[in-house]
Amino acid sequence: MNLRRFILIAIPYVWLLALFLVPFGIVLKIALSDYALSIPPYTPTLDFSAGWEGIRAFFAALDLENFIFLTEDDLYWRAYLSSLQIALLATFVTLLVGFPIAYGIAQASPAWRPTLLMLVILPFWTSFLIRVYAWIGILSNEGFLNQALMSIGIISEPLTILNTNWAVYIGIVYTYLPFMVLPIYAALDRLDGSLIEAAEDLGCSRFSAFWLVTFPLSRQGVIAGCLLVFIPALGEFVIPSLLGGSKTLMIGKVLFEEFFANRDWPVASAVAVILVLLLIIPIIFFQRNEQRQREQD
Amino acid sequence: MNRRFSLFNATSLTLGFAFLYLPMVILIIFSFNASKLVAVWGGFSTRWYGELIQNEAFLDAAWVTLRVALLSSTFAAVLGTMAAYVMVRGGRFFGRTLFSGMIYAPLVMPEVITGLSLLLLFIAIGLDRGIMTIVLAHTTFSMCYVSVVVSSRLVTFDRSLEEAALDLGCTPFDAFRSVTLPNIAPAVISGWLLAFTLSLDDLVIASFTAGPSSTTLPIKIFSSVRLGVSPEINALSTLMIGVVTIGVVVASLVSKRAIARQQKDEQEARRT
Repeated sequence: MNLRRFILIAIPYVWLLALFLVPFGIVLKIALSDYALSIPPYTPTLDFSAGWEGIRAFFAALDLENFIFLTEDDLYWRAYLSSLQIALLATFVTLLVGFPIAYGIAQASPAWRPTLLMLVILPFWTSFLIRVYAWIGILSNEGFLNQALMSIGIISEPLTILNTNWAVYIGIVYTYLPFMVLPIYAALDRLDGSLIEAAEDLGCSRFSAFWLVTFPLSRQGVIAGCLLVFIPALGEFVIPSLLGGSKTLMIGKVLFEEFFANRDWPVASAVAVILVLLLIIPIIFFQRNEQRQREQD
Repeated sequence: MNRRFSLFNATSLTLGFAFLYLPMVILIIFSFNASKLVAVWGGFSTRWYGELIQNEAFLDAAWVTLRVALLSSTFAAVLGTMAAYVMVRGGRFFGRTLFSGMIYAPLVMPEVITGLSLLLLFIAIGLDRGIMTIVLAHTTFSMCYVSVVVSSRLVTFDRSLEEAALDLGCTPFDAFRSVTLPNIAPAVISGWLLAFTLSLDDLVIASFTAGPSSTTLPIKIFSSVRLGVSPEINALSTLMIGVVTIGVVVASLVSKRAIARQQKDEQEARRT
């Protein structure tokens, strides 16, 4: 019986060790290796077959050369900074778009709410790639948006939106909107309506009751939604490479191109390691927030 | 909350859903466009669907994708259910914190990093890249989603039922099969569906782990979309949106019915 329990634990455990933790260890190792013109294009710094000698040689040769290279090369700095900027601003816009939707669903009659929620979730099930692709036809110079704006007469020349950062913002807001709406809706749904009535009885206007009671009490949903958008947006690859232009710098795209075009694996691995380090802070925030929410429930 | 559905609520919902659905509606309408020019309406036609089903590269890629998705979602459902059971019912064991960390980390790991690290692993152990490596990669990240879905069901499921089965002489395996599994089955099925769609949809991890002979549909779409909008891709997208929409609607109706039946059974059991 104990053997059964052992096997039950061991199978998923070993699977995740072998296909999640070990690969990440290899990335770390290669990030600390030197670039070489060969296949695979790096000289392994750690040689297990040489036993203790190899491990000692590993620590002796351990260098942060690739990381130092990253700090010296302007491209990576700018890519990290512009990823952060794009992800932050896009998250903020998603909040501005998503909150009214979540609020609207929470205010709708209970009979309607499951359908409305279903309508928010449904796009999440359809292909991410196709949802991003759909915007190419809308945003291009001869696309629908420009045609519509020109036929109304708002603009006389087509706006260049595709292949700029604007298109990347639109793409992120569009694809990650469900992640923002759902946690905010969950927070609003839990909210005790009598608190708002009390605020209004005590002389608050509807607007100030919203601002002083509803919004602060939905804070945890807002935080959860923002992090659920920010975390994947930071490492995003598909949106900047399809909607962004050659000037759009995002770290996921740089990593992909570094790896496949330049084949400089040590530098690509170092880029990956720093991206993970960047993500740890928001992830810890997210977990704290979830834990606090559970404790309140 | 107090429910006073105002004009503001109605406007924000209308605009919000228009934003969510208009791009896809436009895509679907223009997949029936006779003209090759993407933004000019040239009359109704199903020409691009005809060309699509004669395009062997797309058909091959679709077949690869389907096989990968079926295999990886099935593996992920089994492994994810095991992992969820270990997390919720496993008690204490060595390295439990590491285990739960490894369940949650892949959910937030950027796809480029997951793909990169798996590719480096496959090269390090000399595994040729092909369908099998994509299946391994997809199973790994989707089993984590499955285990989150299944463990949320396991947490709410009354443990005393399992204990009763054990007291009545079931072996732990029998108790799992005849008591626990039927109860968590809806969660396992929705986990499987989630894993299936994640695998169908994945571009980045598949790009890293696919070999030259195992191009999946997203890889194929991505490489042709980079050159711009094409009516064939519009047709393909419409088909994919259609299949997913029908699948999700049917699945939600079935699960709604299953929940209703379960509630009815429980009520009747209480009455007798």
